[in-house]
Amino acid sequence: MTGFLIRRIGQALVVVIGVILITFLMAKLIPGGEAKAVLGPKATPVTVARFNVQNGLNLPIWDQFWRYVEGLFAHLNLGYSFKYNQGVRQVIGERLPKTLTLVGVSVFISLIIAIPLGILQVVRRNKPIDYALTTSSFFFYAMPDFLLGTLLIIWFAFDLHWFPVSPPTDASAWAIFTDPRAFVLPVVTLAATSVASFSRYMRSSMMDALAQDFVRTARAKGASSRRVLYGHALRNALIPILTLLGLSLPAIVSGALIVENVFNYPGMGLLTVQSAFNDDIPVVLGTTLVITVATVIGSLMADILYAVADPRIRLGSD
Amino acid sequence: MTDSDDFRPDPVFNDDERQTPLPIGAGPTMTSGQLSEGDALIPEGGESRSTGGILRQMGRVFVENKLAVVGLGVIVLMVLFCFVGPHLYPTNQTDAQLVLQDSTSNAPPGNGNPLGTDSNGYNILGRLMFGGQASLIVGFASALVATVFGTLYGAMSGFFGSWFDSLLMRVVDVLLSIPVLFLLIALVTIYHQSEILLILVIAFVSWLVPARLVRGETLSLRNREYVQAVRVMGGSRTRIIGRHIIPNSVGTIVVFATFQIADSILLLAALGFLGLGVPAPQTDWGTMLSNGVDAAGSGYWWQIYPTGICIVLVVVAFNYVGDALRDSLEVRLQQR
Repeated sequence: MTGFLIRRIGQALVVVIGVILITFLMAKLIPGGEAKAVLGPKATPVTVARFNVQNGLNLPIWDQFWRYVEGLFAHLNLGYSFKYNQGVRQVIGERLPKTLTLVGVSVFISLIIAIPLGILQVVRRNKPIDYALTTSSFFFYAMPDFLLGTLLIIWFAFDLHWFPVSPPTDASAWAIFTDPRAFVLPVVTLAATSVASFSRYMRSSMMDALAQDFVRTARAKGASSRRVLYGHALRNALIPILTLLGLSLPAIVSGALIVENVFNYPGMGLLTVQSAFNDDIPVVLGTTLVITVATVIGSLMADILYAVADPRIRLGSD
Repeated sequence: MTDSDDFRPDPVFNDDERQTPLPIGAGPTMTSGQLSEGDALIPEGGESRSTGGILRQMGRVFVENKLAVVGLGVIVLMVLFCFVGPHLYPTNQTDAQLVLQDSTSNAPPGNGNPLGTDSNGYNILGRLMFGGQASLIVGFASALVATVFGTLYGAMSGFFGSWFDSLLMRVVDVLLSIPVLFLLIALVTIYHQSEILLILVIAFVSWLVPARLVRGETLSLRNREYVQAVRVMGGSRTRIIGRHIIPNSVGTIVVFATFQIADSILLLAALGFLGLGVPAPQTDWGTMLSNGVDAAGSGYWWQIYPTGICIVLVVVAFNYVGDALRDSLEVRLQQR
């Protein structure tokens, strides 16, 4: 277990350092240079030179990278947004919890829907309900989230008036729990794809578990089919789902970016797209870095849960 | 939506785990997702040698899959619709002012505009063809670039092994852990959009999975007898990779490329929907949908549904074809 944890945390650290290097290099590779990106295309060579000296952009690239890393770790300095006229960390600050809540709630809901659905499909496999669920999961899987969100808005907000078009922009991240009505459509949109893929995976993982030797042994010893299903197969089938969750997190966070833009939900994704329109490169790189680190930590947590849930790893000697 | 590999457990997750023993005592083991022509039956022939029998069998498995045939039909029809359609049904899709003089904006279907017009007065049926061209071209081209680059990268990484492999694969790990749309938007923001650039940028976020797949194949292929034979005979590394390893991974590569076209079309649609798609005066399906959504509250349904249907149809069609290709490449294992 300790060996596994150390290895896994080491991996996560390598990824974080790699992402820092990539965002740094992307800033260095801006066509025309960083100074022009901030000062505008009409900046004179003198102002560009002054900006470069002020911001240490005339130093060798390794010194610049070291200053960047030092700033990140020592002062959480993500750069300065000249469009918002404040630090990127301040701009991101209140947006991050909103995205994390949206993703967290959606993942939780999709798991508590997908796991029973997957089990139901195995219990009733090759019956009409199995085919119906398979077909509908393919449908939701093929449906792009921006289209699904749009259709939900048209049907349930404009036509039926069941839900508001978008959550109030000044609502705090906590509002998702206190006033859930406004968050139903965004969460449903984000969860739909995950429900489709998780329940699909749950079904096949349950089928795999049922074909294992320990299930045959349990049956041979006379365990009831309920006990075989829930006591033996389910516990083993849940483990791969945790791995899948860890692996799907980047995709789910990407989905959150779309959902935030469809529903005008002021999280990291909406900020990123708005900053892309403003050519505010420091903010775009900052959100990318922060959301990636958050995703890496999320995947790491899923893998640790996996290790805790699986006695083969928890009690393993390596 | 974008990183949909989790839904296709076969090539992505299970390739390394599902070891299927070979029938005859040829290679040690063989992963299920691959078809290595001539490695089991003709162990001494490394080069991809397609026999008519296997191709015919694969063709039959493909045709037996009704959904795949329908999918292929949809793709052919869509390509015809977008590229031949404008010649049969010419509409003005470049000059909003000119169009405005003889038609109205936001007109409902009918009266010379079978699917109505959009807010600029463009005929939507014609615009679907016009925007589809960009969507299909960018989808195909970026999938091609991603597959070629990813294949070479993965083959090199797996073939040379040791620290070189570790380094190259860590790069893939890092890029894969960045949520794809954030990376895509960062790239689009820095390198301003043009159609060529969008192709490269989408390819840049898509080559990672083929790199991993081909590396896995290479790891198992490089120790096969025929590769060792080439090595003993003094064949160069380039020859081993180019003539033996890549041709033997071609099944995996083709299946991946098919799925990737669907994913690339979706990525472009997502970018277009966010307003970062193909720059005007061109358009793509995502941008069209985004324009339609701006008017969603006004009930202009004809600006949303046809575009949405086009995107979903093409994406589902490519996924069906990819599924069937994967099945047909496993035909030898099934018919063993």
